Amino acid sequence: MSGPKTRMRDSFLQAMKERMAAEKDIFFLTADFGSPVLDGVRKDFPDRFLNMGISEQNTVNVATGLALEGFRVVAYAIAPFITMRCLEQIRINLAILSQVRPMNVTLVGVGAGYSYEVSGPTHQALEDIALMRALPNMGVWSPADAATAAEMARQALGETGVRYLRLDSHPLPNLGDAPMAEDMKRGFRLGGSRGSAAAIVSTGYMSHLAAGVRDELEAGGIPVRTVDLMNLSSPDLAALEAELAPCCAILTMEEGFIGRGGMDGLLAMHLAPRLPKAKWAHAGLAPHYHFDIGPRDDLLAAQGLSRPALARRVIDLINA
Amino acid sequence: MSETKRSPDELRALAARFRAETLRIHAAAPETRVASSLSAVEIYTCLFYGGLLRHNPANPRDPARDRLIVSKGHGSISLYPILADRGFFPKAELQRVCRPGSFLGGIPDPVIPGYETVNGSLGHGPGVGSGMAVALKRQGSDRHVVVVAGDGELHEGAVWEAFLFAAQQKLDNLVLIVDENARCMMDYTARVVDLAPLAEKFRAFGWSTEEVDGHDVEALCKTIGRAMASGFPGPRVVIAHTIKGKGAPSLEGDPLCHIRTLTPEEVEELTGGAP
Repeated sequence: MSGPKTRMRDSFLQAMKERMAAEKDIFFLTADFGSPVLDGVRKDFPDRFLNMGISEQNTVNVATGLALEGFRVVAYAIAPFITMRCLEQIRINLAILSQVRPMNVTLVGVGAGYSYEVSGPTHQALEDIALMRALPNMGVWSPADAATAAEMARQALGETGVRYLRLDSHPLPNLGDAPMAEDMKRGFRLGGSRGSAAAIVSTGYMSHLAAGVRDELEAGGIPVRTVDLMNLSSPDLAALEAELAPCCAILTMEEGFIGRGGMDGLLAMHLAPRLPKAKWAHAGLAPHYHFDIGPRDDLLAAQGLSRPALARRVIDLINA
Repeated sequence: MSETKRSPDELRALAARFRAETLRIHAAAPETRVASSLSAVEIYTCLFYGGLLRHNPANPRDPARDRLIVSKGHGSISLYPILADRGFFPKAELQRVCRPGSFLGGIPDPVIPGYETVNGSLGHGPGVGSGMAVALKRQGSDRHVVVVAGDGELHEGAVWEAFLFAAQQKLDNLVLIVDENARCMMDYTARVVDLAPLAEKFRAFGWSTEEVDGHDVEALCKTIGRAMASGFPGPRVVIAHTIKGKGAPSLEGDPLCHIRTLTPEEVEELTGGAP
């Protein structure tokens, strides 16, 4: 990975903050979770900012009440807590209620996957994609870099609805060019070589790993198409099908449990039947909790998610 | 915008009528939770006929309305005849509760005109209501948010997060009415997880707290009205002491009345058979 590194939360919050000055209906809640940019939001817009304390259930409920009265609400916390601690509140007051009453609520969770690499399973978000995807009406957005996170702030403000935004906690370089309007609309961003026989579909941090795998394979003469899947709830599957039609081998990669309804479930259920000739494999974390302290890449490598291991997996899939 | 104020005698007569209508709905739809609906008859009657809740049946989402969240959703079958009487939907709909195609289910949903939020999954009303109350204050509105909750519902942890929050934010436009019928589903709350002393708990949390006989319409209207008009700089709660299954003697003394069903014959006897 190269290029300047930026935190997704900083670009997201900055984009929100810029809009809050002119748009008086944006309200920001945090469940006692901060950032330097958030300090600016608190200072500049004290009438539209509340620290809710360590109370994710009440944060989602209060967000609902604000949204019903016309505010566009952002609720910000650590990823596992803003999704799983308050799953009931999200189900009742966002997923169900938003089907009947229009509202705009964006849950922002920081700490995708193994982001909190020394904090263990309590703070790691490995089930969040599957759980949020299980809820009808709930958007699930997963940016891979700060530029995308900023775009998603703008997208969230522009669309009625409820959604979960899954942010990495680490500063990361931009994956490539900032996503275009077309990418945001389709919910994915393409990389690598068009028309390749092999493809990797990935999300979040794993899209950086996927780019490394792609570069390694291409250096060895194997062109690869990469897809950074940003929308994990309702991507444009017809467009994705068209892009991946030439592929005979497709590897999916996510930093979450596999076989439990995460991104792999989305693609296996909804895209694989459209591409019956392709061979599919799904890389992710085996459903088991680990208490090891990381560097993140070591934690991932221990589960077969290193660049060389994944490159080998693509080759094996092509040859299978 | 309507704010109907009736005399105590009229309120008593209305409550008796709505109690009978609730029983008849239950006779036709035995899936409904009748006991917890009967304990709240006077609460709903006072809100809609005691000059307390500003509402607009022709436009249920009128911004000038007071917001009513029925957090104990299952226990509000007795609100159906009131909403119909006020004109939120045709009275004929009351004949179809729990029937295929009806919007009036055993647990009310916000597809029913007059209901604001998803209820019945317990413990959500105080938090969502707090969010509405914050919004109304920030928007400069003088409207109230009234939340009706059961006491058994207060076993849910999320409500206590909301109680702390509402006091911290000094939500003087938030009125919680606790239908304290002393029973959850399987037993008396005192024998399951005791909530007593409930009033002291609220006071300790920084809430203006009043207690009242929840079946005495005159006292109830005065107490809720006082809570709404009070200058207290924070949220207020009215703990309405009620009897679960009020009006149906076989339910009133039964710790398991929540899950009891009255037969059509029992209902006929209780209501005098009058339609």
